[in-house]
Order: sequence, then structure tokens, then C-alpha cells
Amino acid sequence: MSLLLAEFRDPETLLDAARRARDAGWQGLDAHVPFSIEGLSEALGLPQTRLRLVMLTGGVLAGIFAYALQWYTAVYDYPLNSGGRPLNSWPVFLIPTFEAVVLGAILSGVVGFLVSTGLPRLNHPAFAAHGFERASQDRFFLAVADPAVDETRLAAALDGLDPLSIREVA
Amino acid sequence: MSAAAQDAGLPLGASYDGMIGIVADPMLQHRPGRHYRIALGLAFLATLSFIGLVTWLFVAGIGIYGNNATVVWGFPIANYVWWIGIGNAGTLISALLLLTRQPWRASINRFAEAMTLFAASIAGLFPILHLGRPYRAYWLAPYPNTMELWPQWRSALVWDFAAIAVYILFSLLFWYLGLIPDLATMRDRARSRRARLVYGVLAFGWRGSARHWQRHDAVYRAMAALAVPLVVSVHSVVGLDFAASLMPGWQESIFPPYFVVGALFSGFAMVVTLAVILRWGLGLQAVITERHFDAMGKILLAGAIVMGMSYATEWFLAWYGGERAEREVLHFEFTGPYAPLYWTMLACNVAVPQLLWFRRLRTGLLATFLIAVAINIGMWLERVLIIWNTLSHGYLPSMRRLFQPTFWDWATLATSFGVFVFLFLCFVRLVPAVAMHDVNKRLHDEQAGRA
Repeated sequence: MSLLLAEFRDPETLLDAARRARDAGWQGLDAHVPFSIEGLSEALGLPQTRLRLVMLTGGVLAGIFAYALQWYTAVYDYPLNSGGRPLNSWPVFLIPTFEAVVLGAILSGVVGFLVSTGLPRLNHPAFAAHGFERASQDRFFLAVADPAVDETRLAAALDGLDPLSIREVA
Repeated sequence: MSAAAQDAGLPLGASYDGMIGIVADPMLQHRPGRHYRIALGLAFLATLSFIGLVTWLFVAGIGIYGNNATVVWGFPIANYVWWIGIGNAGTLISALLLLTRQPWRASINRFAEAMTLFAASIAGLFPILHLGRPYRAYWLAPYPNTMELWPQWRSALVWDFAAIAVYILFSLLFWYLGLIPDLATMRDRARSRRARLVYGVLAFGWRGSARHWQRHDAVYRAMAALAVPLVVSVHSVVGLDFAASLMPGWQESIFPPYFVVGALFSGFAMVVTLAVILRWGLGLQAVITERHFDAMGKILLAGAIVMGMSYATEWFLAWYGGERAEREVLHFEFTGPYAPLYWTMLACNVAVPQLLWFRRLRTGLLATFLIAVAINIGMWLERVLIIWNTLSHGYLPSMRRLFQPTFWDWATLATSFGVFVFLFLCFVRLVPAVAMHDVNKRLHDEQAGRA
């Protein structure tokens, strides 16, 4: 399937272009930009990411594991009377539990990020586009991967927004 | 012009490309200068010496240090607390400023995080160094073993192990996640094939996709939100190492917050120190501006005041609590053999920073630099004195003994700086020292605000 890239000089025009492409009901919309732009995912109509839920789940599970480990070792497997404290000294057990929650959350967040973005992935059709190296510097690309859309239709839809270039890459 | 436009402290009329050029081009196009190569060579020698010293310590045993049966913690734990304090600030600064939407953060967060990572890693070594049997450090980890033993979860030292381990991992991941888009910029800007290949692999093939940015932002911001309680927990736990004991001068409920503020204070001082050097060394005058030093100066000043109040609270409670041992430790602090150090510490941490009330000194780089160095020294003295004063003057008079640092103590401390400098010098040559994508986002906000 072919990939169309339209290049813009500034984020505002890209946002306009993204909204037009979304309103036209095209599929396979994406953008390649050098920094995070507020409102871009809405303009492209991207669904909300559920990564924070993943992080929460990972954190809670790690926390439960850490507390269970402490309970099992300190109460059941190796009970030791330390200055008359209760075997299940829950207030202090919460400290390692908290650290485990953070560890579980960040690990699941980072792994989730890699899985959901498909990175590391060193090659991608977009890299073949001439001038794409500026997508990480100072150019803003709209990407359309819709079999129903060709260069002419894209150019017509972007009329007035004055893209610097419109390219098709395999 | 909106208020936010002034706040980022970036030059007006700058371009995205220009900003990236300022940060990336010195790394990609210019060969390192003579000063840099000399500094790198010296730091490398120091790093080798550090490795040699640690090896000798492992061979000869803890006896080569000044640690004795009374002052068991001596230099290594003081160095540990000091380094971890430095290490705490970077992530806290970075995360806190992100969450409070301080636009000037973008210029300083990257190297502050690198500082954290290196300092926390060095800090993590010292508790192992002060063990009589360092090769058994792994006993702190809970794992099923043939001795059928488990860690004592009620011990502050086990909490400390958990906190530091999580914190170092966190710092690494947080730093690298923020770095990925910039590595992609480096890949795209590099001319040589080798640089393109290396940065390309390190950037994981980042292509700035809107989907990727969406997920990057979500995870990065959530991590920042976790960073704040994590950092507070890390240094609170360090404070609990002391406060959970029964020693006079340590068993105080103020210790956890007081350690957190101290960490923030010394860490910010280190950020200022490094910012001055980096700005000069890398020619970042357009990115790290007077505005940044002004803001950081105010935070240092606030830190100095809180530290002063914490010291005063300690003194007051030692007197008001009425316990003899506590009062004696207080008396020992001001009049004992370590008193000159104690007075120097008070001067460096509380008196000297008061100069930052003057705006001219906050924005004057030399003055800020000297004040920041004084704070770093003062905070190191504080860490050392917390250990020496209390341990040298415990409940049992017959056990009272002073700490005499040996050559090996000083050499290990000095060369640990060398390790830090070496890692930092490598960092500034290999990785963008300023978060370029974030600076350009600020620049965009700034220009949008002006339009």
C-alpha cells in the first residue's frame, strides 16, 4: 500500500490539514513531527491511549506481589521477633511495597510504550521520502495511507494550505 | 507577548533549526577542543584510580579506611548520602517542573537527569564499599536460598536498598525515554555513516509519528508524576536510616523531610554549578539564559532558609526535649573537635546563600557559581558531620572516639568525582545536553502565544 506524505512548514497548518483529512473520512492517518504538538491526536482522530491503565495495573500487581512476599517471609516462612513488633508489621512493609508499585508501573509503562509503538523498528517506508530527515527537526508531515486517496485527491483536499511538497512513497 | 513567552527564557525570533543547530552541531561537526581532551584524560585517569582504589579496598579490607568500631559509617556513608542527594535533585527538578508546567525546565532537565543518573550510580557503590564483606551485598535481595533466610523487612537498610535500586532504574528509563526523539534528530542531522548508524539504532527507529508522540507523552508524564513521590521516598528512607536508630542527634522525626530538602538544595546547587560550566563549554548562551539562573537562584535561597530553619528546629528540640545525651551532642557540635567544620557548614549552607537576595548576584554567573560551590561543600560537611558528631558522642562515654579520615578515604572521595566528571564529559559529547524537542515545543508555544 502506498503512503502519501504532505510536508508543512509549521504546526498550525499541519493541524488544519489533519482536520481536513479526518473530516474527509480517510483511513490510515498519521503525522511525523519533530516535537509533541498539542491537539494533534484529536485533529487526526486517533483513539485515546490506554497506556496509563497498563501502568496502573502493572503497579498494583507489583505492589501486591511485594506485600505478599513480605508477609509470607516475615509471618510464615521465617518469623523473627524483632523488639516485640508484630510479625505482620504492615506500616513498614508499605515502604518496599511502594517502591515495588513504582517499579511495576514504570516497567509496564516502558514495555507498553515499546509494544504499542512497535519500536524498535529501524526501517519504515516513510524514511524513504526525500527530505524526511527534517521530520525530526523543523518540518511537519501529514501521512495518509488510504488506498482510495492519491496525490491529486490529497492536493485538492489541502488546497489553500500550501504544502511544501506532496510525495508518494512505496 | 504573553507571560509564558517570557518564562521559557528563550531568545525571540529563534528558529527550530537554529535551536537544534546550537545544541547538536558542536557535537557532530567540531572536533573536541584541547581543554576538553585534557579534562577527559584527567577524568579518565581518576576513573582508573577509583577502580584501583576499590580493588585495593576489596583486597585489603575496610581497615584501610578511618572507620572504627565507634564511627562505623565514617566517610563512605557520608559520601553516599551526599551523592544520592545530588542524584535526587535531577529527577525531582525535571519531574516537578514538568508537572507544574514551568517552561524554562526544557533547557536544564536533560543534563540534570544525566547528573542524577551518574550521581545515583556512584552513590549506590558507597554502601557496598563500607561493608566488611562487600561480596555479600546481595544478601539484601530477597531470593530463595539454601540458608533459608529472608531479609529483615523492618530494617531501614533493606528499605534503602529497595529505594535506591528502583530509583536508579527509574532515572535511567526516564532519561532515556526523553532522549529517544533527540537521538532521532541526531541521526537525521549526522553526516557520517557511522554516527547515523549508531544514533539510528539508539533512537529505536523513532520517526516522530503522532501515535508515538501520544504514547510517549502519556508514559513520560505518568512517570514524572510517579517521580515526585519516588524521589521524596528515596531520600526520606535515607533519613530513616538515621532516624530509625536510637542514637542521640539522629532519632528525630524531622529527619526524612529535612533530608529531602537537603537533597533538593545540594542537587540544585550542583545543577547550577554544571549549568555554568556547560553554558560556557558548549556555547549554550542562547538556551541557558540569565532567566534560568535567576529562577534557580531563588530556589537555592528558599532552600537555604528551610535548611536554616531545620537546623534551628534540631537545636531547639534537643534542648526542649531535655534529654541529657541529646543536649550533649548539641554542645559537642558547637564546641567539640569538629566545631570548626560545623561553623563552616552553617556559613556555607545558611549564611552565604543569603547573597542571592540580590538580583544582580543571582544573574551574575561568577557569583552564582561560587555560591553554588559553597553550598555543595556545605552540604558535604553536613552529611559528614551528621555521622561523625552523633557516632563520636553516643550514650556510652567509654566508647567515644573521633573519626580520622585516612589517605584512602580522601582518595576514594576525590576519585569518585573523577568518575562523575568522566561520565559527564562523555555525556556532553555523545548525547544532546539539552532536550531539543522540548525546547522547540516551548519555542512553538512562545511564538504561538505572541501571534
